[in-house]
Amino acid sequence: MIEKNAIVKSVEEIQKGIFILKVESELSALEATPGQFCNIKVDDSLTPLLRRPFSICDVEGNIISFQFNIVGEGTKILSQKKKGDILNIIGPLGVGFNYSGNYENAIIIAGGIGAAPFPFLIEKIPNNKNIISFCGGRTKNDIISYKLKNVITSTDDGSEGFHGNVVELLESEIHKYDKAKTKIFACGPNPMLRALSKFTIENGYECEISTESVMACGFGICQGCNVEGVHSDRFLLVCKDGPVFNAEDVKL
Amino acid sequence: MSGVDLSVKIGSLVLQNPVMLASGTVGYGNEISEYTDLSKIGGIVTKSVSLHPRKGNPPTRITETASGMLNAIGLANVGLEEFIKTKIPFLKNLDSTLICNIAASSIEEYVECTKALDSEETVKAFEINVSCPNVKDGGLIFGNDVNNVRKITAKVRAVTNKPIIIKLSPNTASIKDFAQAAKDEGADAVSAINTLVGTAFDIYTKKPKIKNITGGLSGPAIKPVALAKVLEISRNVDIPIIGIGGIMNWKDAVEFMICGATAIQLGTVNFINPNASEEIIEGLKNYCLETNLSKISDLTGSYLI
Repeated sequence: MIEKNAIVKSVEEIQKGIFILKVESELSALEATPGQFCNIKVDDSLTPLLRRPFSICDVEGNIISFQFNIVGEGTKILSQKKKGDILNIIGPLGVGFNYSGNYENAIIIAGGIGAAPFPFLIEKIPNNKNIISFCGGRTKNDIISYKLKNVITSTDDGSEGFHGNVVELLESEIHKYDKAKTKIFACGPNPMLRALSKFTIENGYECEISTESVMACGFGICQGCNVEGVHSDRFLLVCKDGPVFNAEDVKL
Repeated sequence: MSGVDLSVKIGSLVLQNPVMLASGTVGYGNEISEYTDLSKIGGIVTKSVSLHPRKGNPPTRITETASGMLNAIGLANVGLEEFIKTKIPFLKNLDSTLICNIAASSIEEYVECTKALDSEETVKAFEINVSCPNVKDGGLIFGNDVNNVRKITAKVRAVTNKPIIIKLSPNTASIKDFAQAAKDEGADAVSAINTLVGTAFDIYTKKPKIKNITGGLSGPAIKPVALAKVLEISRNVDIPIIGIGGIMNWKDAVEFMICGATAIQLGTVNFINPNASEEIIEGLKNYCLETNLSKISDLTGSYLI
């Protein structure tokens, strides 16, 4: 949890509307866990005022990558950064994926830009595990499979891969994997995570989901990013208790 | 000249400098202490504590607006008992001046909370929140009625000898009347302002962007309003004012002091720059050196109108 001025190394549009931002930031990179995020101030101005949270996409040495699409002013400004620009970053923040354990199959479920945290996770998952990546999108243009392994796709409109959403795709494929030896890691829009959690809880699969929320600070003081907990009489905070939760622990 | 006196006085409370952290923007100090040295600031005002724990409002609680943000957290807090048991011990070790903010849904609850915390040596003063816009059962209901503010101040005054600060709402026509009422009933200071009631809608879903529909607007967008309120109090009521509202840097802090603030509180900026307090203290010191001010307290109310 440190605040640093990171140097922009590159911003690349890897496919239409999807960007990879690479920054150099020594200390943060060393201690990051997959699924954690950084809170980035896109510039010094008062608009946008707040930082923008981004999953850590990948870490190579002291280079951290972030994957994002343009949602509003903040991400638009970020997409226009040039090599050498300085970005004030707080991170790594939050609780990431727990990728240790006895599972043999790591199943990744990525809905659109929800693919962002998985290159780093794949990097860290031990080599003896079998990794399968299910990537869904509305159309083939919304599928992001940057640095993912063994990709199987689905689209809502049938323009690529399985015709249907990514949870339906998983349901049609999961019989191929031994339940007791499978762990699911997911990130995507809330309706997707809701449907997935219902499926994994009802069928007894181990599943971790990376959630997102509007937030201001990113480290627990604004209390703005609350989510309903299942076993807790207080709200959980996406920034501090998450963003990665066990699927059965949160009500989205 | 190296020795600038940054200390300020609020009633019997002496702060080593005028920079405080505002209630509800720094929790109970533990998270932000990883980013800034809390022993260097003037004081920390803890998240509102109420007699019983409050879960707060369901999501979505915040949204960003032009140069500001709306929040409707709903006074989520651990409640008095837990606060005394688990938060006070941490706060005790902070080596910072601790001011405890109290929220309540009845006058009796304000009194009960103040009484219970009065014996805690770590608590150096009370800030009474009569102005939270985001709860249905209290807060602004009190803050909008000058007679209630009068009653609460008097009742709380009767149970503690520690300094009392009444946190005032800007959502009222004449803030000076509320400051006068607080003074008349023995408050040591007022803090101004709490957030302004605002809202924001999604133009496609036609739904409010925060679940509570309305929230409290904070950030640089409200600074001119806050300054005007501080000035209004300063020109009409003889009571120390703690200025709050959109302070982002030392220049903003100076502006508030010129308009009448004895001290200032940082709120929204903590979310963006958790080390803002230290930077602002440094900036204030340099401003004093630059303008040959030996005591920063001389800045308070130094406006030329």
